[in-house]
Amino acid sequence: MNAIEFILAGMLAAATPFLLAALGEMVVERAGVLNLGVEGLMAFGAVLAFITVYHGGGHLLGFVAAGLGSAVLSLVFAVSALGFRANQVATGLAMGILGQGLSALFGKSYESLTVKGVPKLALPWLSEIPLVGRLFTQDVVVWLSLAATLAIWVMFAYTKVGLVIRAIGENPKAAHAIGHSVIAVRFAAVAFGGTMAGFAGAYAAVVYTPLWADGMIAGRGWIAIALVVFGTWLTGRIFLGACLFGAVSLMGLAAQATGLDVPSQVLASLPYLVTIIVLGVISADRRLLKLNGVASLGEPFER
Amino acid sequence: MSAFSAAFLPTLTRRERASLAATLLAPPVALVVATVLNLGLYVLMGRDPVAVMYAMLLEPFLSWASFSEVLLKTGPLLLIAQGLAIGFRAKVFNIGAEGQFILGAIFASAIPVWFPQAAGQWIWPVMLLLGALGGALWASIAAFWRVRLNANEILVSLMLSLVAAQFLNYLLLGPWKDPNGFNFPQSVMFQNDAMVPILIPSTRVNLSLLLTLALSVAAWIFMQKSFIGYRLQVGGLAPRAARYAGFNEGWAIWLSLLIGGCAAGLAGAAEVAGPLGQLQRSISTGYGYAAIIVAYLGGLHPIGIVASALFMAALYIGGDNAMVSANLPIAAVRVFQGSLLLFYLIAVAFVRYRLEWRRAAYRSEP
Repeated sequence: MNAIEFILAGMLAAATPFLLAALGEMVVERAGVLNLGVEGLMAFGAVLAFITVYHGGGHLLGFVAAGLGSAVLSLVFAVSALGFRANQVATGLAMGILGQGLSALFGKSYESLTVKGVPKLALPWLSEIPLVGRLFTQDVVVWLSLAATLAIWVMFAYTKVGLVIRAIGENPKAAHAIGHSVIAVRFAAVAFGGTMAGFAGAYAAVVYTPLWADGMIAGRGWIAIALVVFGTWLTGRIFLGACLFGAVSLMGLAAQATGLDVPSQVLASLPYLVTIIVLGVISADRRLLKLNGVASLGEPFER
Repeated sequence: MSAFSAAFLPTLTRRERASLAATLLAPPVALVVATVLNLGLYVLMGRDPVAVMYAMLLEPFLSWASFSEVLLKTGPLLLIAQGLAIGFRAKVFNIGAEGQFILGAIFASAIPVWFPQAAGQWIWPVMLLLGALGGALWASIAAFWRVRLNANEILVSLMLSLVAAQFLNYLLLGPWKDPNGFNFPQSVMFQNDAMVPILIPSTRVNLSLLLTLALSVAAWIFMQKSFIGYRLQVGGLAPRAARYAGFNEGWAIWLSLLIGGCAAGLAGAAEVAGPLGQLQRSISTGYGYAAIIVAYLGGLHPIGIVASALFMAALYIGGDNAMVSANLPIAAVRVFQGSLLLFYLIAVAFVRYRLEWRRAAYRSEP
């Protein structure tokens, strides 16, 4: 298998944690809330999923535990930042620290233990195409994530729910005036984002690398937040961005396999460096961000 | 929502003016709530809550030996937090102090690593200066990205921290590894002249603590008394008013990040030239992130930050104690820190708002 085939085969799986977390955060931000605690929510979901699967609960229950647990944690953020109108940036950071701390605490006695991953499903015919065919052999979570991506796109493009979320993010006062409950919708959006971050963490811990190590999320939650900006709050672009990061995070392994003499630390920091560069390139186009950005992002709502 | 509208609902009402009582009460209230909840967690984990409480919150203050360690840890936390708070008040969210700290440590270590034979009392002051320079350089990347490229400084500064950690690993596993160090990822031990002189005999507390306290006073003068500090604060509180008054936003961002970077870099230098005496992988035990909590807990005020840094340092030492005496994982300290910040941020909401139990004025149609 050459490097390109290797990256094509693994890209979607590597992209899935980014994709799930970023889609969740996109919905949160579209509703006008900035939750910077994604890293902590992912870490918390990851440890819950790992513990559940390790004790024989199975992968499905693992994902349920992660989704529920991270949703509850994200509601703590919602109560604080939306209910009490605490500083959103700082509260998000606090959630990040708290989530990572809880993850390390719960995961302490599971350090370096492993669980079984999930089998890959090959799509008939498509997976037999040479080279590109590898894209069509993925585990079930990847397929479900792609379905979720499509569903979220449809929600924002065609449904009233999507319209209401966007209205609340753009102009909460106007949305309130025509009878929508800003706080309730924002709570729901935050809980959705928390669930998705939990799934993302679960995927990282029990499917992608089914081995527990403290700090295993390794900045992926932060990259997911950056992805929302790269994707200018649009589902399709976030999907492409997640694929890019999936590929970048595999490049390290691919480069080592081809015997390229680059220090492993350079390869490990590749995703972070790419984030910094892409963030600069995209943000420099101020008009693009203004056009697609969310007008009330991070501002508390007061009647 | 109509089902609830008949009942009395708690509502937050904006106060006419900020409440001083709430400002002063917020940290102790948050501390009590966080302590109670965390003790509950320890009970669930099967630990003796009284023993944990004693080891974590009291023991650090009970002997001179452990209190001097608290003072030692106060240094970096205080220094970084003072720098960050200036930025936070200008609404510049530099959360990459961890990376700036690491770069400061690396820059400072360059002298003893490259010139292990050098001697003279000029070495440690130059190292501290180099450290501040390294931190400022690392922060300036985030400043450039924000001012020139409009990129969010939160994300960029955090990514830079992750890169800095990898860079440190690279140096310690490669070119800067001590050849006689049994393959441990650490540099050579520094020569005596590369160490900051000890301040209190028979402890590890060195002169950098005095420097940090002096810089805290400087931060107080800068933020409360100087026109530049005033401009930064206006920029944070009322960006439009600041723009109207002709205060340059880009300049404020550069200044905030450079001050934060200098402080964090200096702290990193003081750490390798102080208690550690060499460049190691574990130079920072999350000081850069803990300092964010210290800054907020101190109300972003230079004097409050002195108190919160001392407290947070004690929590670190207490956490170490509890790990030994009550078998409590060290991660419990991070949980405590995170929940403390969370409850503080909630408590501080009552500075601007007051809780009222109001009967809903109208009934909305379902």
